[in-house]
Amino acid sequence: MKFSAQWLREWVNPAVDIDTLSAQLTMAGLEVDAVAPVAEAFTGVVVGEVLRVEKHPDADKLRVCQVNTGSGEPLNIVCGAANVRVGLRVPTATIGAVLPGDFRIKRSKLRGVESFGMLCSAKELGLAEASDGLLELPADAPVGQDLRAYLQLDDVTFELGLTPNRGDCLSIAGIAREVGVVNRCPVTAPAIDAVAAVITDSLAVTVAAPADCPRYAGRVIRGINPQAETPAWMAERLRRSGMRSLGAAVDITNYLLLELGQPMHAFDLAKLKGGIEVRRARRGETLALLNDSVVELDDSTLVIADDNGPLALAGVMGGAASAVGDGTVDIFLESAFFAPDSIAGRARRYGLHTDSSHRFERGVSPALQRDALERATALFVQIAGGAAGPVVEVMHAEHLPQREAIVLRRARIPRILGFALPAAEVEEILRRLGLTVEAVGENWRVTPPAWRFDIAIEEDLIEELARIHGYDKLPSVRPSAAMQMGAVGEGQLDLSQLRRLLVTRGYQEAVTYSFVAPELQKLFDPAREPLALANPISAEMAVMRTTLWAGLVQALTHNINRQQGRVRLFESGLRFLPEAGGLCQERVIAGLAYGDVLPEQWGEPARAVDFFDLKADVEALLALSGLDGVVRFVAAAHPALHPGQSARIERDGVQLGWLGAVHPAVAGKLGLAAPALVFELALEPLLCGSLPRVRELSRFPAVRRDIAIVVDSSLQVDAVLAVIRKAAPDTLRELKLFDLYTGKGIDSGRKSLALGLTLQADSRTLTDSEVDAALEAILAALKTELGATLRD
Amino acid sequence: MIVQDELQQQVTQACEAVAAAADLAALDQVRVHYLGKKGVLTERMKQLGQLAPDERPKVGALINVAKEQVQQAIEARKDHLQNAALNARLAAEAVDVTLPGRGQRSGGLHPVTRVLSRIEALFTQLGFTVAEGPEVEDDFHNFEALNIPASHPARAMHDTFYFDARTLLRTHTSPVQIRAMEKQQPPLRVIAPGRVYRCDYDQTHSPMFHQVEGLLVDEQVTFADLKGILDDFLRNFFEGDFKVRFRPSYFPFTEPSAEVDVQCVMCGGSGCRSCKHTGWLEVGGCGMVHPNVFKAVGIDSERYTGFAFGMGVERLAMLRYGVNDLRLFFENDLRFLEQFR
Repeated sequence: MKFSAQWLREWVNPAVDIDTLSAQLTMAGLEVDAVAPVAEAFTGVVVGEVLRVEKHPDADKLRVCQVNTGSGEPLNIVCGAANVRVGLRVPTATIGAVLPGDFRIKRSKLRGVESFGMLCSAKELGLAEASDGLLELPADAPVGQDLRAYLQLDDVTFELGLTPNRGDCLSIAGIAREVGVVNRCPVTAPAIDAVAAVITDSLAVTVAAPADCPRYAGRVIRGINPQAETPAWMAERLRRSGMRSLGAAVDITNYLLLELGQPMHAFDLAKLKGGIEVRRARRGETLALLNDSVVELDDSTLVIADDNGPLALAGVMGGAASAVGDGTVDIFLESAFFAPDSIAGRARRYGLHTDSSHRFERGVSPALQRDALERATALFVQIAGGAAGPVVEVMHAEHLPQREAIVLRRARIPRILGFALPAAEVEEILRRLGLTVEAVGENWRVTPPAWRFDIAIEEDLIEELARIHGYDKLPSVRPSAAMQMGAVGEGQLDLSQLRRLLVTRGYQEAVTYSFVAPELQKLFDPAREPLALANPISAEMAVMRTTLWAGLVQALTHNINRQQGRVRLFESGLRFLPEAGGLCQERVIAGLAYGDVLPEQWGEPARAVDFFDLKADVEALLALSGLDGVVRFVAAAHPALHPGQSARIERDGVQLGWLGAVHPAVAGKLGLAAPALVFELALEPLLCGSLPRVRELSRFPAVRRDIAIVVDSSLQVDAVLAVIRKAAPDTLRELKLFDLYTGKGIDSGRKSLALGLTLQADSRTLTDSEVDAALEAILAALKTELGATLRD
Repeated sequence: MIVQDELQQQVTQACEAVAAAADLAALDQVRVHYLGKKGVLTERMKQLGQLAPDERPKVGALINVAKEQVQQAIEARKDHLQNAALNARLAAEAVDVTLPGRGQRSGGLHPVTRVLSRIEALFTQLGFTVAEGPEVEDDFHNFEALNIPASHPARAMHDTFYFDARTLLRTHTSPVQIRAMEKQQPPLRVIAPGRVYRCDYDQTHSPMFHQVEGLLVDEQVTFADLKGILDDFLRNFFEGDFKVRFRPSYFPFTEPSAEVDVQCVMCGGSGCRSCKHTGWLEVGGCGMVHPNVFKAVGIDSERYTGFAFGMGVERLAMLRYGVNDLRLFFENDLRFLEQFR
């Protein structure tokens, strides 16, 4: 809601300056978004009257004008505007005038002809962003008067960002009411007298949908002057409210919308057939609207119709066919109350949002229609002439919004606000706001006025009390509550511990969008149909990710394109897996590494990050919750991963996640020059750690024996370790692989593994022969089960 | 006395040889030559028996003195040589301590995580627990239960992403309030951080951003408590004695409702670009839980009252770290992220 301070002050004029007024509005819940002067600073501009226009002798586009500025001789002024003509009244900057931008008007010569001033456009005066030709003033503009005084330009506009509950403040009347309450000063509305009918012409009005339209008023006005000009004061007020002047008929209805908050509509009477009917549209009906669009209607939409069909989308927008135009002399003027629920959402459904729908959705006072109609009629007669017919009104009182009395308990006020407002102030605030207050013992029965659609329960009343008393005057205390410790499992990990671990290991945390491009998503999870948004903001953000890899890889390419050769990123968040039983929203943690394993540095040879670097990071994460020994890495195929470098991470056969190198084909499509390694783990299992259980320490020495065996190179180390563990006595404490070798000295197709075994008993010192026997048994098992030989 | 002179001469020779020994090996040869089993002085001692009995003690003593002198010279030389060797080794092992350290360098947390962790830490001190909820939400939790029925004008303000008529991406963290209250009867102290989504994308809007929601429900909770806790929080969060302002606003799920402003932390309230020259920064919305919300989750609003608040996390991060472009948070540019170590 945008409006001029002067206009407001005509209604209510507290002795406070603009800054205070602005602060008052904001603190009353009518947030002031902007306060701006209605015109930039300028001086020396008066109303001039063009007396003569002649062609410039040496320039095709310039004209030499004689302009009367009311002071002695007419001024000779050269002008290039196309709309300059004899009789026009225009803003005239005289010698010495200073226009916005510190533009000083001096006596000058244009192509040899002397010019003693300048005729101005709205833009040149800083009244508009753009303008087409000179600013044309009304024919009755007093010649010689200072333009700032004539147009009352020493004014500011307020722009309010109103919350949807305050539809009652979408008018000067509503804002004046609030300002009056806050300042305890009187509000003066313009006197509204009924305009007596001078003709008998009328239209029959039928309301077939009384619940949608409990009140409909209208009247015929005949013989208006289609060329009537909107008076300057009205045009200026509209302009200051951000509305263009579109001819007297439309301007008057817009003026009423701003002044009283009643949206109105004028139909061209000549284009109507039969009577007016307010009804739900019929499926299949169409309507060409004022904005040149054609909408297809259905029975949830309320329309104003005549015998030929729909004329207007009720409360939203008029139709093109029945709109008033340059030739309109007879009109039918509508002033109705449409129920908020019948308008809400309708405009949006047709892609519309109008000043009218905005108000009806939020609630227009159902007591306003008749007054608005009389006031508009008076303005029509005054500005455009015409003869008014009788008011036709259809009212279904049973469908009008009922304002039920609300019980306000005195004791409830401190329970909500934390302090007891004195009873006298309670009553006074509510009465000032226009509510009816009746004391009932300790409590009150309060009835809200017709214009308030946001007061239905006790808490609403308490908010009104707090608002007018002043939120800043309410107490502020530190809450107190019973001290109670939460049950925190010691084994339970916190995501922040996992994050910290990855940060320590060189990863930077990323936050990528939860929705990604379908093609990218498909690269990483081709078999799954992702959850798609019905209204994505762009094709790049159209489906919900089923893996965090898509976003991380996007972040990787963003960084590669900015000369980053080494990238380590991780992210935690939800992935969205459509499953048979419904959508699974699973918390995961994922990481990506690309480029060298270490940052560039001296003394360490550069080496590209590989599978085992990332595996170590994954193992470190698993170790936080004691899963490192429990989890298995199983060679398995994943469509996005290198078939020889990908592992499914499992615990007891249940998949926890994946680790691997991005498949070269996928990397190629993404334009990656080097291998990228990725992992993704379900978060919940990682957060369930366990309590440490201590094993008693042996007082006897441990024996370490190293063996080197040669096995088929396709054999997995896991299998070797399993055989050893099975064959070893229970004194095996530690089993470590410390070297892997292929090449010279080893047959091709074979590999050498060096293993360290540590044995230790709890109750005695192991003898050499015992250890030898254990090793022999192990080697025998390795040989028979895996074909392993001792390396020479 | 001839023996004495001879011994003196041998000692002098020995000392010269000791001084000439360039390393420990040479020194040991000298020791063997004079003091070893067949050393010069050892031999002399063996020949003591050939002397007259009355001379033996005297000469024996003289030999012992000579041996002692040589021994001392050798020890002294040994110390000297060992010190020199250690010093040489230390000199050889000296490093340039200004060379950078080696190994992995640590990364950093995302600024949004930093801010959220800080908020969580401040509120968990007061006994709040952290709750999370689904991001793909249903209409009931995101709107209906929060007193935003289908035709409500507030829905237009939410620019919702939909999957179908009943399923959407949550537009705020407030549905977590509902889920928390469905699960547990009061007293409740919950903080709910997370991603939220709005169908809006420009310089100052991201289709995904983060909010943090707070909820406190108990038997004696008032608006004064709400003011107090947010006063406390904002001053602690911004680490300064900033003024905090509450002004009336509207959210369908709270009544009374307020918008919370903090005195501009950039200019201290004198007016700057960050605060659009108002001296105030809007940081969140809050209010007393609406009775309809309590009704939707089966909490008795006569017995219990509560407050809820919500804040935009990126906004707080921007103010806190001087970030001037919202989009930086989601580009994951390392040059940006690495500034949050």
